[in-house]
Amino acid sequence: MSTIAALHGSAHRGSRLRDVLTRAVEAATTPLLPADYLDLFAPLRSGADLRGRIVAVRPETADAATIEIKPGADWAGHVPGQYLRVGVDVDGVRQWRAYSLTHGPRRDGLISITVKAVPDGVVSNHLVHRSRPGTLVHLEQATGDFVLPPLTGEPKFLFVTAGSGVTPVIGMLRNLFPVTDSGVVGLDRPLDITVVHVAPSEPESIFIDNLRELHAAGAIRLVARYDDVHGVLDVDRLDELVPDLGERTTYACGPTGLLDALAAHHEARGLELFTEQFRPATLVTGEGGTLRLEKADVELELDGTATILDAAEAAGVLMPSGCRMGICMGCVLPMREGAVRDLRNGEITRAVPGETDPGGVPVQTCISAPAGACHIDH
Amino acid sequence: MTTITQKADNPIAHLTPEDIEQIGAELDAIRQEVLDTRGERDAKYIRRVVDTQRKLELGSRAVLLFSAFPPAWLLGTAGLSVAKILENMEIGHNVMHGQWDWMRDPKIHSTTWEWDNASTAEGWKHSHNQVHHTYTNIVGKDNDLGYGIMRVDEEQRWAPMHLGQPVWAFINACFFEYGIAAYDLELGKNLRLPKEKRSEDFKRRAKDTLRKIRKQATKDYVVHPALSIPTGSFVPTLAANFVANLVRNLWSNSVIMCGHFPEGVETFERAAIPEKETRGEWYLRQMLGSANISGSKAMHLMTGNLSHQIEHHLFPDLPSNRYAEVAPKVKALFDKYGLNYHTAPLPQQVASAWHKVFRLSLPNGWLAETNMRNLPRQLGVLKKLTTGGPKVRRAYDAAQRRAARQRREAEAAAAA
Repeated sequence: MSTIAALHGSAHRGSRLRDVLTRAVEAATTPLLPADYLDLFAPLRSGADLRGRIVAVRPETADAATIEIKPGADWAGHVPGQYLRVGVDVDGVRQWRAYSLTHGPRRDGLISITVKAVPDGVVSNHLVHRSRPGTLVHLEQATGDFVLPPLTGEPKFLFVTAGSGVTPVIGMLRNLFPVTDSGVVGLDRPLDITVVHVAPSEPESIFIDNLRELHAAGAIRLVARYDDVHGVLDVDRLDELVPDLGERTTYACGPTGLLDALAAHHEARGLELFTEQFRPATLVTGEGGTLRLEKADVELELDGTATILDAAEAAGVLMPSGCRMGICMGCVLPMREGAVRDLRNGEITRAVPGETDPGGVPVQTCISAPAGACHIDH
Repeated sequence: MTTITQKADNPIAHLTPEDIEQIGAELDAIRQEVLDTRGERDAKYIRRVVDTQRKLELGSRAVLLFSAFPPAWLLGTAGLSVAKILENMEIGHNVMHGQWDWMRDPKIHSTTWEWDNASTAEGWKHSHNQVHHTYTNIVGKDNDLGYGIMRVDEEQRWAPMHLGQPVWAFINACFFEYGIAAYDLELGKNLRLPKEKRSEDFKRRAKDTLRKIRKQATKDYVVHPALSIPTGSFVPTLAANFVANLVRNLWSNSVIMCGHFPEGVETFERAAIPEKETRGEWYLRQMLGSANISGSKAMHLMTGNLSHQIEHHLFPDLPSNRYAEVAPKVKALFDKYGLNYHTAPLPQQVASAWHKVFRLSLPNGWLAETNMRNLPRQLGVLKKLTTGGPKVRRAYDAAQRRAARQRREAEAAAAA
């Protein structure tokens, strides 16, 4: 013990001095923190909560736009295909959503997301139509495992994208084949990529120009399918569009229906499939019931359709949240007593005092609705 | 003042239960209108106030680093006083009410906020939001009425110790933040208990409060004065902090006295509050139990919009910047139902509240009956009441009540 202490003595002194200084500054600002004052002047500095400033908003289609953001100093970077959570104030209310990054790491240090305004989408409509350069947004570090493996040999990929599902894929493609003034670079890679790009119609097709450019340069083979021209894509006839389907690893991003069909199709043929989904597929409803948030001292009567997360937020309670689709576990809270139903599959989770964990049974609030009275420790 | 049910001319006697429920419905509609339009404009407002307050505090504290120089002392002290007032009134009080929780910003949220005050956010939210706002002006239930140390109602029995009330009311005003902290802890009640009988909860809260007081005092009276040592300004900065706290305490005490103490604001008898008070009845009690301060925009800001005390008590969780907007509608409702919308400029309300403190420090009716001519005789009466036993005082009270009844009957006869 003492030898270790001696070895680390000087490092220790350094950090102790820093602790003393920190405490002294905190003593001067209490009950606030020094950061509360620094945030007034340098919200993007290192050490601050991660934020970003909107630098530009570029329309992609009539209802989609790319938002370029200068992230705070602590932005740790990302791998193309990953997404990040963005907190935006819409009508004064902080809303968090996940968006794919639509670029590889950029030399200018900016990050970009591409947002499609969906009907009744509070955040997407705000970002596409009303967000302005200069606005501060709140960020979390990039996350997600919808990324390409290390490229070895001569890999063959199939990307299937539908609607705004093109966003993580365009991030990967732009990273592989950057478009510069002198044209598309990176063409010498031993890569064979087919992109099946599905959109409701050509004008509503995000990044179609980009994809065509890559196709023309020979970087990818593009198969564009528009519902209004070709009809809705029939997954069972995918091999007509992609004859060498069996040799490819598939990456798909789009609505649940398409992903489920692809999963069944690929499983039947023993093919490898990686998917990314943007929205939870809620298939069932719960029984509803009284939700009690113990620490917040809030009690809510809920029907079985609203998730615990949405309902509690609407009631003004600060809730931890993450992807809001049941993946990231950022919203998990302990349930002391009661039952909730998973809205994706109808599964019931119960907590019974004296039987289940006394610390509570962890539940994902973003995909759970009360199935009877439930007490959440929050 | 006398609790409303003991009054001869009960100001709500003309209202039917249907009227009262109708008032409730109309107030709910006013509230809903604000909720429906709450948004970006409001968020911008509170962020601007927070931003301004923090910059003002930083700037003032920077100026105070040179406070040995008198103009710097004056400027810094004035700025710091204003910053402390804004922090407590328009920001702290209102954020802790949850007025801004709807923004879902963890930095401006009732559950995360801590304020520059001796009282902890937790203690304040309990005693203020839950007790005072629920049981507003119910004698014996709402501790804000006299903070448990003053006689604020005729129906509280007078005792000789109440003669000192103006003095300790003033001392309480000067050190108001500590008074509030003590009152949040129900210190009087708890200290009367033997040590081993005090609850764990009380001990924890007392410890938290002491830690908070230590931190606040260290900041104001050690850290910032120490930072001023290089310019030889230790003592002036310390004095500046003391003065700023004093100004803030006197100001917040005045504003709060104006909210519920002026003459004419109603109090309520515990027994007369129905077991299950309806929404309309609760609203009505808030309407009659609060008083507004009229004045400029700056006045409203500096009082944390408690100048709209009536609106605040009706809608404690609406954003404070909206009270001015709803005030005319609320006033119209008072007029429509023949109720007294109690509002006056600050000096008048403060004087009225202090008049009450003095009046009730004396036996019932004593101040009203006293004039220059009968002063010696009245002083004699007071001496007898002070030195005599409870029996003497009960006899005096009975005589007072008898006289009041006779006056009422005479008036009724004259009117008939």
